[in-house]
Amino acid sequence: MGLSLLARHNPLAATDHQRQVLAGTLACPPFDERLGQIDLRPLRATGITVFQMNVGKLCNQTCRHCHVDAGPDREERMTRETAELCLRLLEQTQIPTVDITGGAPELNPNFRWIVEEAKRLGRHVMDRCNLSVLLLPSQTGLTEFLARHQVEVVASLPYFSSTQTDAQRGEGVYDKSIQALTLLNASGYGREGSGLVLNLVHNPVGAFLPAKQPAVEAQFRKELLRRHGITFNRLYTITNMPISRFLEFLLNSGNYEGYMQRLANAFNPAAAAGVMCRYTLSIGWDGTLYDCDFNQMLDLPIGDPQLRHVRHLTPARLTALHGRAIVTGNHCYGCTAGAGSSCGGSVTSS
Amino acid sequence: MDTYYHPPDLHKFADMGKGNKELWDKFMNYYSAVFADGALTEREKALIALGVAHAVQCPYCIDAYTQACLEKGSNVEEMTEAVHVSCAIRGGASLVHGVQMRNVTEKLSM
Repeated sequence: MGLSLLARHNPLAATDHQRQVLAGTLACPPFDERLGQIDLRPLRATGITVFQMNVGKLCNQTCRHCHVDAGPDREERMTRETAELCLRLLEQTQIPTVDITGGAPELNPNFRWIVEEAKRLGRHVMDRCNLSVLLLPSQTGLTEFLARHQVEVVASLPYFSSTQTDAQRGEGVYDKSIQALTLLNASGYGREGSGLVLNLVHNPVGAFLPAKQPAVEAQFRKELLRRHGITFNRLYTITNMPISRFLEFLLNSGNYEGYMQRLANAFNPAAAAGVMCRYTLSIGWDGTLYDCDFNQMLDLPIGDPQLRHVRHLTPARLTALHGRAIVTGNHCYGCTAGAGSSCGGSVTSS
Repeated sequence: MDTYYHPPDLHKFADMGKGNKELWDKFMNYYSAVFADGALTEREKALIALGVAHAVQCPYCIDAYTQACLEKGSNVEEMTEAVHVSCAIRGGASLVHGVQMRNVTEKLSM
């Protein structure tokens, strides 16, 4: 299994280095300039309907495209105290969805408590799951726990064959993912009438854009059923972001400028108008606030320095964030290319 | 110029519209219509285009349609089979002309 950029002392582990690379891109105009051309500058939030908690960078996998630089060697994790601050704030709002991500969020010792509390508050809870985590001996009963609390599972599976999946996520990950999906199906996830939602996430295995979401969904549905008897609800296509370990791949393979050009050429104003940062509040493992998980990984907190930590927030101050100007950069081309990309898949239907 | 083919030239394809915009626009409208979802999916059409690109041995087309195939959701196994189809037809086209050779030989021989 590979190591994180941090453990390898790779210069890209420093987010200021990543930001320098992105700012120095030759293949595309600055993203903010592009937003200006469609009268979206500054990009502003339109409210907060997703409360996204990144509970840490620890993961049992070291995927080559990971925008978090997560891995088994990462120790950052959200403490119970920070999680309590988040949930007390959530309690005072009407934000309907709690999106729990990582790393492998389930490896945070407070994961199950966070889920229970968020459900107690009547919120819809999503778990961004790498699938293989469900098979770890330390996670016994996790599938049943998720089912009992009606947690929506959003599971990463780049492709319906081992060659592509293992190339991106590590040797043997495809087989484990299939085992985990089988377990989830056996618990009712992705089965008609169960009410237990299993959505898949497809990322391209390389420096190219994802195919149209409905086409990929149909392909996955047919192939996973034919090969393994697996069913699921929806499939989301997500564009690989040119940051962290995917940025490393782009630079090492000589694809960086070409990929940025591809993203910029596919810039879609409708996708830009619908990007998820406009309705998301992203909270880092240490309680810092961001516009999205990608900004979080580039250490680009929300613009107002007085409101950069969950401890600074009251419901009134949270309301003030609804129309905030979103921090943008060239990495944002990743969310605005083609049909657009978000944690919920394509942003537009075109 | 050290070679006739330069990868960045692919992005200059639209410069062909500068000589005759009307014909270029007609070509592009037709081209877009051909590759839209129809009785065949965009993915299937990209695989056909990849095969044809190999038959006509156009490096620009191979570059463009390799990327297009990947972006339409095809994998390298499917794309390899498309190239083999192209290869088989090209090879078969040579071989079937052997019938001409046999006809001529038959006519000339005792």
